[in-house]
Parts: sequence; structure tokens; C-alpha cells
Amino acid sequence: MSRIARRIAAIALAVAGVAHAQGDARRSGFDFMSPATQAMQRDDTSNPAMLWVGDGEVLWRAAAGRAGKSCADCHGDAKTGMRGVAARYPSYDLTAARPLTLAQRVDACRVRHQQAPTLAPESRERLALESYVALQSRGMPIAPPDDARLAPYRERGEKLWRARVGQLDLACAQCHDAHAGERLGGSVVPQAHPTGYPIYRLEWQSLGSLERRLRGCLFGVRAQVPPAGAIELVELEVWLAARAAGMAVDAPGVRP
Amino acid sequence: MSATRRRFLVAGAGLGVALIVRPAAATPEELAAAIAAYTGGAKVSPGRVSLDIAKLVDNGNTVPVVVSVVSPMTPSDHVKAIAIFNERNPERDVARFALGPRAGRAKVETRIRLATSQKVTAVATMSDGSFWSDTVDVVVVLAACLEGDI
Amino acid sequence: MARAIVTVTQTAKRGDVIEIRTLIGHPMETGFRVTGEGARIPRDLIRKLTCRYNGDIVFGAEFFPAIAANPFVAFHTIATESGTLSLTWEGDNGFAQTETVAIRVT
Repeated sequence: MSRIARRIAAIALAVAGVAHAQGDARRSGFDFMSPATQAMQRDDTSNPAMLWVGDGEVLWRAAAGRAGKSCADCHGDAKTGMRGVAARYPSYDLTAARPLTLAQRVDACRVRHQQAPTLAPESRERLALESYVALQSRGMPIAPPDDARLAPYRERGEKLWRARVGQLDLACAQCHDAHAGERLGGSVVPQAHPTGYPIYRLEWQSLGSLERRLRGCLFGVRAQVPPAGAIELVELEVWLAARAAGMAVDAPGVRP
Repeated sequence: MSATRRRFLVAGAGLGVALIVRPAAATPEELAAAIAAYTGGAKVSPGRVSLDIAKLVDNGNTVPVVVSVVSPMTPSDHVKAIAIFNERNPERDVARFALGPRAGRAKVETRIRLATSQKVTAVATMSDGSFWSDTVDVVVVLAACLEGDI
Repeated sequence: MARAIVTVTQTAKRGDVIEIRTLIGHPMETGFRVTGEGARIPRDLIRKLTCRYNGDIVFGAEFFPAIAANPFVAFHTIATESGTLSLTWEGDNGFAQTETVAIRVT
């Protein structure tokens, strides 16, 4: 067996083992919500995130930028062209020479290939495209690329995950690994997997990205909040994707 | 029961930090008065109405509710209207729905905001002029970690 | 134009009770929120939703600030004849939007 084939086989086994082994204790944030909120996510006719997905579908087919091209002109029908794409993000981008999140990659594509202006983080258009693309991976396993270039970022992301930060001196791992399933105030602490993102968060009364949630959580422990687009936030996302490898994408999710 | 003022941070969609300053806590008497104003003082009987709402909500910003009323929904016997009231939000009214025999089924579903733990009451107006209601006591908690202007 | 999603069966038998599910994007700003500087954020609400079936009003809803953002309302009507169901939302700052759905009744 060639080296590459052996590596692919090993990853496939690892992913399958992690996802389906008896005793895989990993659960999507979906499982920690009340039945009423779960019902909101399950029903595409009433999931508020679908409002952004609808906008994304329109933007996908709209000509943009000086190039006058739409996403569809290069990528075709998103249902086929974008199938499985969101499940592989964050991914290393050669031009940027660093990993990019899905939203950052969509924006990079717009700037580079459509010659369109950049879309601000958490802007309606950026979230619309992100949610529309993420939907095309729904039900598929999170599959971080087996790319050695991601390793240093994943390691730094894991370090951040375990580091105590902020005035509350808390590490992500303390709540989301050690105390997941228990309650903080009246809220159940989820395991903090990225499977549902971008999410319609009831607290925001809006759709938002994982980056927004990470910044919000850092604010919550009274830590210095990195600006949108900061590499530390991407490193955390690279780590979170590895930690959730094999779990099913359930985007676009609804979360409390 | 003391009238407590509570201030809490609410993240706005790009609107920066927003604080809600609530008026002095509303009372059960205000809820009763609002319902009486709606029915014109007529008696409201508990029953026939089913207010389906979680007893402990994930987040007070979006609380799904379903109101169903037992009724044949014929031209001579139907639900004319359904109204939802609350006890402790800044205003008592939540929604009013106009139905009628063309509805076929007296069942309405929506999503409401609840500022704090409180009673929620649904009132149905029947074609014979009678009023029926259902009340649920709902527990609402604030999010554990509050976000500011980030 | 806000995004709206209206879900209803496209075909029905005469006399069937059909469900209409409606969702529209709108912040439903209550008018109770205050910025950090103390300025009140002005109220901006959808006030009513009306459903017409071939022109006849078959359902109406009045919204107050306690209706959640991105309002969702589901209700029922009897399938009487083929034609058009129209949903009209009206609200503050001249907000007005209508979505129509065709229905075939046999």
C-alpha cells in the first residue's frame, strides 16, 4: 500500500473510530437544548437561519464586482459544487499563507476572483453566503484536511483552549470539557463543538459566525478580545474542527 | 414583593451595548386589568384553551408558543379571536389574532419575548361572546455569560 | 425588502384544513432598549400580518413588542377554491411587504 493510501486509510479509520465508536461521548450543542429550541432548528420552514440562507442563495447567483461574475459562474450549482466544502474548513490557503475560516475563504474568493469589495465580518451578505455554503454540508462529517501546514495552528489553538484567561481566569476546557452538561446559572454548558455554525443565536436575535461566538465567550470571561479576523481565533477554529472530527454538521443551527 | 429595578446587558445587532431599563416590576393585578380591558369586564373562564409553552425556557428572547382552542369552528360555533398577555414585560400585550369559521382550526403558533419569569395567559373569544383562558407560569433565566460591545 | 418564507401546501382538496407557516426577517426593535450612552433606541416593529384568500381576509395578527425578532406565525385556513393566498406585513417606518402563494384546490 502506498504511503498516501496508508495515511488516508489511517485517517478514515481514526475518523470512523472517533465518530462511531461506542462510548463516543461527543454531542452537538443541539443535544443540550430544550425540545422547543430543537424543534426550531429541525424545521426548515421556521428556522430563522433559513432567512439568511435564502439571501445566500440569491447572492450565489448574483453577478458581483468588476469581474461581473457570480459564484455560480465558476462553482455551478451550490448543491453539488459546495457539497462537503464547509465540513473541511478551516483550511490552509496558499495565497494568504495561513488557514482561513469558511467565511474568510468566501470573502477572499469575492475579492480575488470577482474583484468585489470585501464583506465585513458579521455583515448580512457574508453571513448569508456562509450559511448557504454551510447548509450544503449538513449531515456530513466534520473532516479537517490532513494537511501538515495546519498542525502548528491546531497546536496553538489547543494551547489557547487549555489556557486560563481573563479576569475570571478560566480556560475554555474548564467549562466545555470538564463541566459540559452541567449548568452555569440557568444555562446548560454545551461541549462547544462547531457543528452548527453559523448559528441563529436566540441571545443575539440574529445569525452569527463561530468567530462572533468565540469573541463573545472571551468577553464573558473578561479577557482581552482579539479583533475579528485575528489569527488566534482561526487557530481556535482549527483546533475545534479537529476536536469535532467525524461529528455531523448540523448547520445552520439554532442555539440559545 | 419589592419593586426591583434590574439592569442587564443585551448585545444588539451592531447597535453596541444596549441596556434595558425596566419600569417598576409589573404586578398580577396589571395582568388582570389588561385582560379585563380586553374582554370589556366580561368573565373569563379557565378551560377549552391550551397554551403550550415551555415551563423553563432556553432564552427569553425567543419563546415558542402554541395556542389551541377546542371548537368545531362552524359558522355558528367558532373562535373569533385569540389574545396572549404577559405579567411582567414592559407591556402586557403580546399578540392578538383574528380567526373565524374560515380558519378551520383554532390553533396559532408564534414566538414571543419574555423579560423575566412570569405568567403568560392566552384568552379566546368565542362566537357566543364567552371568554376562555389558559395560564402558564414560565421560568426565564438570563444568559450565563453576557456579551458587550465587541 | 425583507426576506420572508411562506410555507403552505400547493394543492389541497376542497374542505381540507391547511396550515400556513410564515417567517419574516425583521429586528422587532422594542423601543425599550437604551444604548450605553443612555440614548433610547427607537421602536421599530411590524404591527400586523393579514392573510387574504382570493381577496377575502381569513386571518389577522396584531404584533406587540413582545413578539420575538424575525416574527414567526403559523395558522390554519380551509381550502375553499383555487387561487392566491397573500400575506401582508405592515409596520413602523412605512414597512409594508406582501408575499403571494398560489394554491390549487380540487
